[in-house]
Formats: sequence, C-alpha cells, structure tokens
Amino acid sequence: MSSQTASQNKEHFEINLGPQHPATHGVLRVKLLMDGEYVVDAEPVLGYIHRMHELMGENRTWAKYLPNMGRLDYLSALSYNLGYVELVEKMAAIEVPERAEYIRVITTEMNRISSHLLWFGAFVLDLGGFTPLLYAFDDREHILDLLESVTGSRLTYCYFRFGGCSNDVEDEFLTGCLTFIKRLRSRMPMYHNLVTKNVILMQRLEGVGPVSAEMCRKYGATGPVLRGSGINYDVRKNEPYSVYPEFDFDVPVYNECDSMARYMVRMDEMDQCMRIIEQAIAKIPEGPVMAAKVPKMIKPAAGDYYHAVEAARGTFAIRAVSEGKNQAYRMKLRSPTFSNLSLFQEASKGMLLADALAFMGSIDLVIPEIDR
Amino acid sequence: MAGYFTNILSGTKSLLVGLSITQREFFKKPVTLQYPWESLEMTPRYRGHIQLVKDGETGTHKCISCGLCDKGCPSGCITVKGEKQEGVKVKVLVRYDLDFTKCSLCGQCIDNCKPGAIEFSKEYNLASTRKEDFYYDLLKRLKEQK
Amino acid sequence: MDLGINVVEMLIYLVGIIAFAAGNAAYLVWVERKGAAHIQRRTGPKEVGPYGLLQPLADGAKLMSKQLIIPDGVDKPLFMVAPLIAMVPAIMIFVTIPFSDSIIARDINLGLLMIFAFASVNVLALLLGGWASRNKYAVISAARAVSQNVAYEIPMLIIAITIVMVSGSMNLKEIVDFQAGGFWNWNFLPTNGNFLGPITFVLFFICFMAETNRAPFDLGEAESELIAGFHTEYGSMGFGLFFMGEYANIVIGAALTVILFLGGWYCPFGLTDGIWWFLIKMYLLIWTVVLIRWTYPRVTLWSLLNLSWKILIPFSLFNLLASAGLIKILG
Ligand code: SF4
Ligand code: SF4
Repeated sequence: MSSQTASQNKEHFEINLGPQHPATHGVLRVKLLMDGEYVVDAEPVLGYIHRMHELMGENRTWAKYLPNMGRLDYLSALSYNLGYVELVEKMAAIEVPERAEYIRVITTEMNRISSHLLWFGAFVLDLGGFTPLLYAFDDREHILDLLESVTGSRLTYCYFRFGGCSNDVEDEFLTGCLTFIKRLRSRMPMYHNLVTKNVILMQRLEGVGPVSAEMCRKYGATGPVLRGSGINYDVRKNEPYSVYPEFDFDVPVYNECDSMARYMVRMDEMDQCMRIIEQAIAKIPEGPVMAAKVPKMIKPAAGDYYHAVEAARGTFAIRAVSEGKNQAYRMKLRSPTFSNLSLFQEASKGMLLADALAFMGSIDLVIPEIDR
Repeated sequence: MAGYFTNILSGTKSLLVGLSITQREFFKKPVTLQYPWESLEMTPRYRGHIQLVKDGETGTHKCISCGLCDKGCPSGCITVKGEKQEGVKVKVLVRYDLDFTKCSLCGQCIDNCKPGAIEFSKEYNLASTRKEDFYYDLLKRLKEQK
Repeated sequence: MDLGINVVEMLIYLVGIIAFAAGNAAYLVWVERKGAAHIQRRTGPKEVGPYGLLQPLADGAKLMSKQLIIPDGVDKPLFMVAPLIAMVPAIMIFVTIPFSDSIIARDINLGLLMIFAFASVNVLALLLGGWASRNKYAVISAARAVSQNVAYEIPMLIIAITIVMVSGSMNLKEIVDFQAGGFWNWNFLPTNGNFLGPITFVLFFICFMAETNRAPFDLGEAESELIAGFHTEYGSMGFGLFFMGEYANIVIGAALTVILFLGGWYCPFGLTDGIWWFLIKMYLLIWTVVLIRWTYPRVTLWSLLNLSWKILIPFSLFNLLASAGLIKILG
C-alpha cells in the first residue's frame, strides 16, 4: 500500500536489485523504490530458488532427509546437520556417545568460523574492498581442508548421523585445528588493522542501518543481528544443547544497533569459537562415535517436537510433527535469515543506496536458506 | 575543533597502516595452487561418487545384491539388479548403476552396506556438457580397474 | 624552423603519444592485475607469454573481436560518442606534458590551464555514457560522477593555483625548471613558499584519484552497488575505450603530480637529470594508486563530498592564503 502511494510520486523510480546483482550474493531480488540515491521502499521478492525443503521433509523417511540439511545454509551446513540430528535423537530417544558430542561441537564451531570468515570477506567486498576477501578465503581454505579430512566434503556436509557421527576423527585433525587456531589468532590483528580500524570502513558502518531491539523482536531477528542490538540471546547459552554447557565462553553483545555492532559481534564470535574448540579438544574423551543401538527404521512416537540450535546466522529451529510413522507429518524449518531479511524493508527506508547495501551485507544473507 | 584535527590524523594513520599491510603481503609468496598444472591428492575420506570395492582376494566385488543401498538412498540414484544363478547361494550382481547427477554424497548407501561393498572414489575432475556422462555402470567400472 | 621538419616532428609526437597512451593503458592493466594478484597472494595472469606479459594483447584482441552491442532504446549517437569523448581529451592532454627538457610535444604557455580544461571534459563522457545507456544504474552512476567531479575540481584547482603562484608561471616546463637542483627545491616542501608543503601534495593526490574515479572513490562504477555504473551497457571497444581513457587519465594525473610537486625530470640529489627520473616518479605514484585501490573499501557519496568540502577545500584555501603571505614576506 505504502509503495503504491509512494510510486505515484513522479520523482520516484523503481530499480530491481537482483535476481542477479553482485551485492545480493545469490538470487534474491529486492524491488527498490528510489528517490534519487535514497531508498523510499524496499520489497524483498523471494521464490527464485525455492526447492520445497519442508515438503520434502514430509515425504521422505527421517534418514533420507539428512542431506537436505546441508543445502539450506550451505555456509554453515554443520549447524543445520546438528539441529536436525539432535531433533530426531530427541524424538527417538537415542543416546549419543560423549566423544561424538565433542566431535560435533568441534566441527560445528570450525564451520561457524569458516562461515564468519566468508561473511567477513564478502561484506568488505560489498563495501568495495577486494583484498580482505582473499585473505579470509586463505584462512577459510585451511578450515575446509581440515573438515574435508573428516567429513569428506568441503561445503555441503552430511556428516552427523542419528546417534553420532559417520566416522571418528584422528589426532591429526585435532592438532590441525589447534594449529589453525594459532594461525587465525595471529591473523586477527591484521584483519583488525586492515579493515576494522580503517577510517573509511568505520564511516560506512558506524551509525548506519540502525536496528532497534524492538524491531528485532517484531520480526524475530536472531543471531548477530539481535546481539548487535544489545540483546544477549544465544541458543547455546539460553537453551543449551549438546555439550555446550561444559564450555566456558562469552556471548559478544554490542549495544550500538548499527552495522558496526553486527560486524563486531561476528568478529568477536570467531574468538569465542576458537575458545570453545580449544576447550573441547582439551577435554575430548575416548570412546565410540556412534550409539550402540540405533533403530534401523526410525519411527518416533507421535507428538509435536521442537529443537533449536544456534547457527552462524541466528537461531535455526525445526518443528516436526510425528504420527509415529517413518516420516514426518509436518516439517517446519525456521531459518534465521528469513526473519533477519524481513526487517530490511522497514529498516532500509530513507537510506542511501550504498548504505542500504552495506546494511544488507551486515545482516549476512544466505539466499538458499531464506528461500528453502 | 581539536576533534576535527585528531580525526584527520587518526584517519590518515589507519589508512597508512592499511597500505603497509597490503604492501607487505605483496612481497609474500602466492598461496594458490596452479590447478591444471598442479593438483592435490585427495584426503582418504574425500567423497567422490561411489564405486564398488575391489576385493583383494577374489579380485571382484563383495556385493550380495541385497539392495539396501538402493533403498536407503535419499535421491534414488542407485539401481541394483541381482540374479539367481545356478550353483551360487546368494544372488549374483548383474548390474549396478549410479546416476551421479542426483547423488548428494551423503554416504548413507555406504553406511547401509553390510558387506562393505561400496566406497567413495577419489574422482573429482568431473566435467561434461552431457548428463549421460554421469550415469555410471559401476560393475563395468570395476572390471576396467586394473 | 622549416615547415617540413615541423610536420614530421608533429607526426612523430602524435604517433608517440598515442602509442604511449595506449601502451600504458594496456600495461597498466597488466600491472594492476598482477599487482592485485600478488597483494592478494595469488599469481595473476601468467599463461599468455612469460609472466603473462602478452595478456594485454590477448585482451585487446578479444575486446576488438567482440560484437558491438547497442541495446534497444539507447540514444544511439550519444551512446557511440561517449567512449570517444573519454579517450580523445586524454590524448590531447599528453601534448602539453613535458617528459624531459626536450621531450615535449607542444610547449604552451598556458599548459596547466589546458590540462584542466581538457580534464574536465572527461566527466562529460561519463555523463553522456550513463545518460544514453537507458539503464537506471547507469544514470545513478552518471549523476554521482558529476557531483564527485564538481566537488573535487575545486580543491584541485586551488592547489594548482598555489603552485602557479609559487613558481610564477603556468607553463609546465617553467614550473619544473623552477624546482631544479635537488629535492629540497621541490614544491612538495615549503621551501619554495608552498606553505603546507607535503599536505598539499597529499591533497592533490587525493583529488587526482577522485577525478579519475579510482578506488576508493570509484563511486561511478561501484560494482557492488551499480553493477558497472556508466559502462554497464557497453561491450567490446566501447568498454575498451572507457577503460583506456581511465588508465590514460591515471597516467596524466600521476604525471601532473610529478610536474607540480616532485620536480619533473630532475634528479632528487643533483645527478644526471632526464626522462627516466620523470618516469620513475610517475610509476611510483601509479603503484601507490594501485595499492590504494586494493586496500580500501569504497567511500559513500556523502563522505566523499564531506571530505572535499570539509577537509580538502578548507585546507587548500588556507594554504593558498598562507602561501601568498609567505611569498610576499620572502619577497
Ligand atoms: S551418497 Fe547418498 S545420494 Fe549418493 S548414492 Fe549414496 S545414498 Fe545415494
Ligand atoms: S548394500 Fe552393499 S551389498 Fe547390498 S546391494 Fe548395495 S552394495 Fe550390494
């Protein structure tokens, strides 16, 4: 409605940002109503890569739905793997061996770092800086190598199984993780000097794209967007799952509500991930990585189940309704960036085009997860 | 007014620091791999498309044509055909087809296979403009392996 | 001077300038790609020729062999003429640039004025190109380019005027000659009466980057916002000309900075002077420009204008007054 009245203004014009546009990182289309350089209205248009993941969940057995989890948020696929296997384990009451839980945490956190690194590079690329992207990719490559040696894949992982992990990890992987952490720690000051403290970047991020805590509540934004708006909410702390309660880590929270706050949350989160991984590697017990008894055909008792995990971009939750059959009656995926994107329309009103794109970068969109 | 000058100064300093970093990186060695000229050995767990395991003793596959891999595959890309043959107790595998275009490399077929008859190959240099090139006849592939 | 010799000389210079401009444009692209690659720890072009040195030729051949696509509904004459406007003034400017004591195509008394006159034609090319393209991104880009150029021409001119005041001439050769004898005589130091010295040099350098639409001031072609800005719709040699024009402008900007501030072809410490000093200084500046592009994120339109109106213009104005005072005192 508002866009209708606004478009009657002859000075305004519409541009289509996407479906193919360098800044949308995928096939997202945003219909922008512009007044010169100012955004009057922004309407995200979805559906270009809709693959009916939820419906697929209702038509496949529980086990067959596993690989779909790697295809939602392909940048932090392991968090999604984790969310789903934990849900099914909860439903079917499967006990997971301790070692498997630790491996899950280590690999998931490594994956979170790789996701944040990629975001960091792509975000600076959105702002017009090319080089940090390549540096971040250099580091990310080490993570992918490590994860490949364990999971066998580099991006769309399908590693966790109901009751454990598909294979054990070697000591080389664990020492490799520690070496990587050392490397990343030594690179962090470089990133901060090159990017964070750069005056141009600060000017572009500070005070740009304010998202109030109120707005986050209204749209259900989670993850770094929420934590950048001063709300301390992290599923790993608030509704602990797996073995997270055993680790000592902080949840970075910034009160500025601007793009810089979201940026800092993610940068600090990488440090925290490294802390978690170090503690996990120090504590990891010996033992099996697969539960002794996992039923061949999983048929959870009828009921309504919900499980949430903290993915790299926010709360990923699944609600599954079981009728006691070998497939779900209803499968609902709550993906974080779908909610985070929905506040774009309201928050971007009146922004400059360049700021709007910086803001879009700061909420870290992964399109296949929005459009699932 | 003082803020004006300190802002300019600190801003300039941050810019110079940035320049010194990129200039330093310029003199370092490239980290990239010159792909067509060099390539990496894949890690043991690397997931290429699946293939039948060659049994060291018998020189053939270990598949018992139970079809569990087929049944458990989320993408339905495996077709197994076994035949009753005279003198052999179990069914004999006559065809094992993989439609790699649909495979999601989840590894459930391998988990499901009791005798351990299939494994991931280390094949990654796959490119073609024709879909048919990714329909593999794994039995034939096994025979062609030396 | 005999008319015949004059014509021959003119022809030689014409060919030389075009070759210099085109060769520089082609090989600066190579430097840019190779430099960027090594900054980012990659190798860059390396397949065509040793170290990829023949890559520019391959690129040129590719660009030329491509079809010139003219989209439906563009303003055809303007669309076709804009790339030419981007290239021709750049070549004209080279005419007045003194590469050394003897290598200068036309020694004009108002050389500096002519350079600024032609340099401001460049923005017309961006405006026309963007306007004629019938593409909203291109129009936004054209509007940005114009406001950017207006904002940066002012401090650039004010600084140039200061130098003119200091050296008492608009003839580029005389400006350089004025700085003879070692780096302590150069205009980037306050010794000649340029009060703020190095600061004006940096300011001029910033202005020149902004004028040539180089990153971090590449608002016109901000690729993550405006796809490719004013040349979104151009392909083939249309794009090629824009590209060459851009690099020619960088060479001109660097050459001008060398002439105005860094003593042209004079050796910094009294050794043999000559064109090589000019080229060394110029390419060092160009390398800085490349390095800057691959280091910083892009500024926004507002901070760009803020930078100009709140920092560059006050400083350059203050410098103008102070230098005038200084010259008066020094007599
Ligand atoms: S890896 Fe997964 S998708 Fe591929 S054939 Fe095996 S079960 Fe099917
Ligand atoms: S599960 Fe193993 S043994 Fe059974 S058909 Fe498949 S490959 Fe053969």
